[in-house]
Amino acid sequence: MEKFSSVEDLENHHQNLLSRRDSKKLSIAICSGTGCHAYASEKVVGAFEEQLQKHNLTVSVDIKRTGCHGFCEKGPIVVIYPHEFCYCKVTPQDVSEIVTQTIQQGKPVERLLYTDQKTGKKITLETEIPFYKNQTRLIFGNNRKIDPKSIDDYIALGGYAGLAKALSKMTPQQVLDEVKKANLRGRGGGGFPAGKKWETTKNAAEEPKYVIVNCDEGDPGAYMDRSLMEGNPHSVLEGLLIGAYAIGAHEGYVYVRQEYPLAVENTEHAIRQAEEHGLLGKNILGSGFDFNIKVHRGAGAFVSGESSALMSAIEGRVGEPRPKYIHTAVSGLWNKPTCLNNVETWANVPFIINNSAQWFASMGTPNSTGTKIFSLVGNVNNTGLVEVPMGITLREIIYTIGGGIPKGKRLKAVQTGGPSGGCIPEKYLDLTIDFDELYNVGSMMGSGGMIVMDEDTCMVDIARYFVNFLAQESCGKCLPCREGLRQMLRILNDITSGTALEEDMELLEELSEVVQMSALCALGQSAPNPILSTLKYFRDEYEAHLRGECPAKVCKALTQYEIDPAKCKGCGLCTKNCSVEAIEGKNKSVHRIKNDMCIKCGNCLDSCKFNAVVKTTGKQKEFLKKQITVGTR
Amino acid sequence: MTSLSVTIDGKTIQADEGTSVLQSAKKAGIIIPTLCHDEALEPYGACRFCMVEIEKNNRKKLVASCCYPVEKGLIVRTKTENVDKIRKILAELLLSVSPSGAHVDIAKQYGIVQSRFKQTENSESPCSLCGLCVRYCAEVKKKNAVCFVGRGIDRTIALVPGASDTCSSCRECFNVCDAGKIVYLVDMVQEISCLPLQSSQKRSI
Repeated sequence: MEKFSSVEDLENHHQNLLSRRDSKKLSIAICSGTGCHAYASEKVVGAFEEQLQKHNLTVSVDIKRTGCHGFCEKGPIVVIYPHEFCYCKVTPQDVSEIVTQTIQQGKPVERLLYTDQKTGKKITLETEIPFYKNQTRLIFGNNRKIDPKSIDDYIALGGYAGLAKALSKMTPQQVLDEVKKANLRGRGGGGFPAGKKWETTKNAAEEPKYVIVNCDEGDPGAYMDRSLMEGNPHSVLEGLLIGAYAIGAHEGYVYVRQEYPLAVENTEHAIRQAEEHGLLGKNILGSGFDFNIKVHRGAGAFVSGESSALMSAIEGRVGEPRPKYIHTAVSGLWNKPTCLNNVETWANVPFIINNSAQWFASMGTPNSTGTKIFSLVGNVNNTGLVEVPMGITLREIIYTIGGGIPKGKRLKAVQTGGPSGGCIPEKYLDLTIDFDELYNVGSMMGSGGMIVMDEDTCMVDIARYFVNFLAQESCGKCLPCREGLRQMLRILNDITSGTALEEDMELLEELSEVVQMSALCALGQSAPNPILSTLKYFRDEYEAHLRGECPAKVCKALTQYEIDPAKCKGCGLCTKNCSVEAIEGKNKSVHRIKNDMCIKCGNCLDSCKFNAVVKTTGKQKEFLKKQITVGTR
Repeated sequence: MTSLSVTIDGKTIQADEGTSVLQSAKKAGIIIPTLCHDEALEPYGACRFCMVEIEKNNRKKLVASCCYPVEKGLIVRTKTENVDKIRKILAELLLSVSPSGAHVDIAKQYGIVQSRFKQTENSESPCSLCGLCVRYCAEVKKKNAVCFVGRGIDRTIALVPGASDTCSSCRECFNVCDAGKIVYLVDMVQEISCLPLQSSQKRSI
């Protein structure tokens, strides 16, 4: 194990690696990110190892377990280099064909290639697939070229060169100035300028100073920080090291949630490797700069992603926010100046130092520079992680990269920014995505969650889902957040079950406003966003619910199943599929659904071959009215 | 101690540097309602009743006065439309949980007799989760015998396991709790010698 004692040592090692590595050598990159792992990518790796052994190819062909490639919809993903053939949904059974066809003869296996949704043609090269082609994969791109357990893989791609440059050619102030000039804004939620935060910590009087990586990503459906931490941990560590040098910190923490076991494992492994190579510890690369990193595992609280709560948790206390009238950058961890940034923010830093602030700021918009990774999920064809320059439109992300909405359905809304974000309606499809534009339409960038919703989505139900999530995840410390969320959830439950009255809506709005103004931390202050943004753009849906109708026919209490007598052939298939025997009717005569017994599972509708079963809404009104008067309130 | 000039409700007063807006207002005879505040304890900022509007550099902001430190030239307004709106809703929220306690008086000041929110069923003694007992036991008595359990809408007050050993039975927490919750919990401890985690029943949605 080589320990680098100078910048030259690192550069020599880099050159050595390059001279030893043959770019023409066959290499099989198997995505082993969490998504593909769940699709049994490990079995695919095993099958490749077996097949290569069988054909005596273990020396001439490399196998690489890489981090997440981002195209999770089509996992497990296998890419064969140097051909760059990209295979989708690979199973262990496909492996022998890949080895004989591609590895031995250099020909692509047609059936495993990506099929273009528009033209129906097969696409051979990874870079030609529209999902990848239209992205700018700056931070995330190296994931597919790196074995996260190999520091050499990272160094071979120029890793730690940014650190070497900062330590040997720049003063801490110059590093700080560069990051400020790049106008890098925090990728974790608020979009606060990172350079300004660094400067506050740097200039704070107290010592010691701390730096922290926030990897407590907890938004439902969001996993970009996870994939970065799992797939390319050294890039985050390098960013943290550069930041620590600029700020004057000698101790850092990586706060990773315990629910991300692979991220914990790979981060700890990367730290050990960096220590062994002299990239962490005392006198790093002979510069005289000392720095150590510890991993802190989070105990599974969403609110611990809030900076003061996270610091509380590292101190060994319950992860609860405290008022931040004195910023954590001045008085944070153990009341010392602490600079906390999100995973993606730190990962941007080496690129800025390597390529200059000017180069970085040339991407994106003037006030939101660089790229952003989004986790594109929901009703979209190409689910996965996408990295795009700031300023791209929602339409480009959803239709060009995401491949549009499945089954030709219509887009209804896009939810961005995690649970406390907002729902943006279809009319803003051409909105350019950056920190400020999203805020202006009542949503936010957040950490980059993007949930696409089609016409079958009930917006009131969506608001209820997010408020329910937040009610469970609020720490409960401050009154408006705790009791406010409890009551917001109650009212939303009443609306979706058809028992709410008009005055409940007024109360809901009044309460939302107060919680926004008065909650202690950002979780509470933004908790009413799902309600306020859906009320802003989809008020008609709320009003419909008050009338006993769910326009999207989602809310069970407001919908029912019926059989169209004109279409029913009396085949009895629905009766067979009904688990509660709620359908009656003789053979070859029109059937009928008994609504009082029906559990609204939808099996009848799915099984009917004549489209005779229909879902209706609005007919429950009389029944619900009766319920209200009987005394639910 | 350095003295700063601040304006509270149009009155210019001298405040000591390092003190909170709440303390300075009190010194000037301006009373801001509080629930979770106690001079013997660290500011907590949880009940939010003490929110006031501040203005500096021509920008207005709502802050919890118990935690916000006074600054030179700060303008504070303790009664504005938004501040009133917040206190009214907070009082209603607490009334839906707990029919007795300090918030009842605040509610009365704002003319609220009944909450518009649905009542939260709570079979035991009411508790506003102000945390005074928890913090008093930890900060003043250094015993840590009372704690919070659960989070979000499931948050509740409990005596820590084995509290009968750590609790010195000083009963001083009885005085800080105006809802009687803590008396109820301690009574339970005394009834059951071997104490499991005694949390109150979960409240229902």
